[in-house]
Amino acid sequence: MYVAVKGGEKAIENAHRYLAEERRGDPAIEELSLKQITEQLSHAVSRVMAEGSLFDRELAALAIKQARGDLIEAIFLIRAYRTTLPRFGYSAPINTADMALDRRVSATFKDLPGGQILGPTFDYTHRLLDFALAAEGLEAEQAKEAEEAVDEDVPRVLELLNKEGLIEAAVPGESDESSSVGDLTREPLEFPAGRDVRLQNLARGDEGFILSLGYSTQRGYARNHAFVGEIRIGHVAVEFVPEELGFAIEIGDILVSECETVNQFQGSKKVPAQFTRGYGLAFGHCERKVIAMALVDRALRADELGEEKSAPVQDEEFVLSHSDNIQATGFVEHIKLPHYVDFQSELELVRRLRANALRTQTTLEAAE
Amino acid sequence: MSNFENTAYNFAYLDEQTKRMIRRALLKAVAIPGYQVPFASREMPMPYGWGTGGIQVTAAVIGPEDVLKVIDQGSDDTTNAVSIRNFFQKTTNVETTEETAKASLIQTRHRIPETPLTDGQILVYQVPIPEPLRFLEPRETETRKMHALEEYGLMHVKLYEDISRHGDIATTYAYPVNVAGRYVMDPSPTPKFDNPKMNNMPALQLFGAGREKRIYAIPPYTEVVSLDFEDYPFTIQKWEEPCALCGETESFLDEVILDDAGGRMFVCSDSHYCKSRQEQGHSGSQSPDAEKASREVAE
Ligand SMILES: [Zn+2]
Repeated sequence: MYVAVKGGEKAIENAHRYLAEERRGDPAIEELSLKQITEQLSHAVSRVMAEGSLFDRELAALAIKQARGDLIEAIFLIRAYRTTLPRFGYSAPINTADMALDRRVSATFKDLPGGQILGPTFDYTHRLLDFALAAEGLEAEQAKEAEEAVDEDVPRVLELLNKEGLIEAAVPGESDESSSVGDLTREPLEFPAGRDVRLQNLARGDEGFILSLGYSTQRGYARNHAFVGEIRIGHVAVEFVPEELGFAIEIGDILVSECETVNQFQGSKKVPAQFTRGYGLAFGHCERKVIAMALVDRALRADELGEEKSAPVQDEEFVLSHSDNIQATGFVEHIKLPHYVDFQSELELVRRLRANALRTQTTLEAAE
Repeated sequence: MSNFENTAYNFAYLDEQTKRMIRRALLKAVAIPGYQVPFASREMPMPYGWGTGGIQVTAAVIGPEDVLKVIDQGSDDTTNAVSIRNFFQKTTNVETTEETAKASLIQTRHRIPETPLTDGQILVYQVPIPEPLRFLEPRETETRKMHALEEYGLMHVKLYEDISRHGDIATTYAYPVNVAGRYVMDPSPTPKFDNPKMNNMPALQLFGAGREKRIYAIPPYTEVVSLDFEDYPFTIQKWEEPCALCGETESFLDEVILDDAGGRMFVCSDSHYCKSRQEQGHSGSQSPDAEKASREVAE
C-alpha cells in the first residue's frame, strides 16, 4: 500500500525552528547586537543599504543578523520591507559638491583644489592577517586629527576639465523640473530606458555583477579606457520640498559614495573627439561598486554616442534585465521547487521518442 | 529611529493603491485576451520564482467572502502551496479549502484541476516566463514587436523543426496557445495535458508574472487553441496504466519511484481529485482495499 507524501505544513514549521536555532549558533556565545553590526561590519551594512535601496543602518543590521550574514538574503529582507513603506514624494537632487568629505581622490591630477583626501581606505594596507585583531579587547589606534580642516570649497574635478571644453557637459536627464524622475520600483522597466532609470538599476544592482561587467570593459569588451576623475565619499544633506511649504527643507543626511570617470572618446560621426563621462553613486561606503558602476554606465551610453555595440556590457536590455540579485537569486533558486509535473511530461516524451526510434530501427533491420 | 514593531499589514498584504494598480492591469488584460500587460510588480515577502505574480493577482482580487484553494503540481499539500495558503490565511483570514468546486478563487502552479471549473470561479496562474516567444527571441523589444505585428511564424518554425528532428512536437509543457484568434500566449508551465481545459472555460483565468512584471488573462468562454499542424494535430499525454490509488484513466499522473529496482507507480497529480474518487469507492492497484483484496485472493 502506498500513502501519498503529506505533512508539508509540519515540515515547514520544523525547518523554521531549525533555522532559528542555527541562526543563533551556540547559545553559550554572546549574541550579536545590531550596534556591533552597524559599527563593526559597516561595509556589509553599506552594501545592504545600497542594493536594498533603503538608507537605514539599523534595519540593514537587523537584516544581516536575521540572514545569518547572507547579504543577498539581507538585501531581500530590506527590499520586501521597503516596498510596504508609504511614499511622501521624491527628494530634491542631492548635491555631492557640498559633501562633508570622508574621502576624495582623483587619479587624473596629482594635486588639485581641495587636495587628495585618503580617508579610511584599504588601498595601501598590506593584506596580511592581523592576528592582533583575533585577540579581543585591544584598543584600536586612533587617527590623528588633521591640523587644517578640509577646504570649504572642493570643486568637482570634471568641472575643471569642463572649463576647457575637453569633456562633454553633464547632460541632465530628459525629464525637466516639472516631470518626475523615473522609478523602476513603481513602473515596469521598459526599453530603451532613460539614463535615470539605468543609473537607478545599476545603483540597486548586484555588486558582483556590476563589478564583472565593468571589468569586462577593461579587457577589451567595449573598451572605453577610463580614468577615475574623482571619487567622493561622505555625507550629503537630503532636501525635500513639501507641497504645502513650497520650499526645500533638510530632512537628514546620508552617507554616499560617488565616482565620476573620464573616458576616452575618439569621436564619431555625431560627436567630435572629447572626453566623456561615466557616473556611479550608491548609498554608504562602497567604492568598488561605484567605480564599476561608472564603467558600466559609460558603456551603456554607446547608442547616445554613436559607438558600435559589440559587447554584453553595452547591451542595455541584457545588463538591466540581469543586474538585480533579488530577481536573479529567486529565479535561479526556484528550480529547486517541485517540478514533478513538467518533469513527468518530459519523461513521457523521452520514453515515447526512444520507443519510436527503437521501433524504426527494428523495422529497418528486419527489412535489410 | 526605525520602527521594529510588527507592523499590521493591510488586508491581503498589499496596500489599496497597489491593488488598484494591479486591478487596472487586470481589466486591461481581460479586455485584450492573451495580451501581456506590463504592471509595476512589487517586491513580495517571498522570492521571485515562488509565485510572486500569482500572489499579487490573488491579493488584488481576493475579498473577505472568498474561499481560497492553493495548489502546486496539482496538490494542496506541496510545501509552497502550504506556504502561500498560510500567507493568505494570515493576511486575509478567508476560508480556505482543498475542494475545487467549493473554491471561489484558486491559485495554481503548473496544473489546472481535473474537476471542471464553473461560472464565477477565478483561476490564478503563477507564471515564470510570460513570453511564449522568449526562447526563440530573448529580447523583449523584439518580442513585443512580433506580438504587435502578429508575427508568429517563428513559433511554427520551431514546432516544425521538432517534427523533422523527433517526428513529433517536443514541447510537453508551457505549450503555446492562441487566444481568441489573436495573441499567442504562454499557458505557464502547465503540462500540455491541461491545455484543452483552457478552451471555453467558464471560469476567469488570470496570469501573474512577478519578476517579469506582466499580467495577462483569458476571459470566461474564450476560444483557446493549442498551436499545431493539420498533419500533426495537437495531442495530449496518455499513460499506459491508470492511477494506482483511484483507478482513473483520464487524469494527469505523477510517477512515484517505489524502490531502487525500477519499481514505480503512477498516481493522480491532482491530490484532491484522487482523494475524492477514493472516497467515492474507486480504487487502484495500490489502494488499501485492492491490496487487501489481492492478499485475500492469494490466501
Ligand atoms: Zn487517482
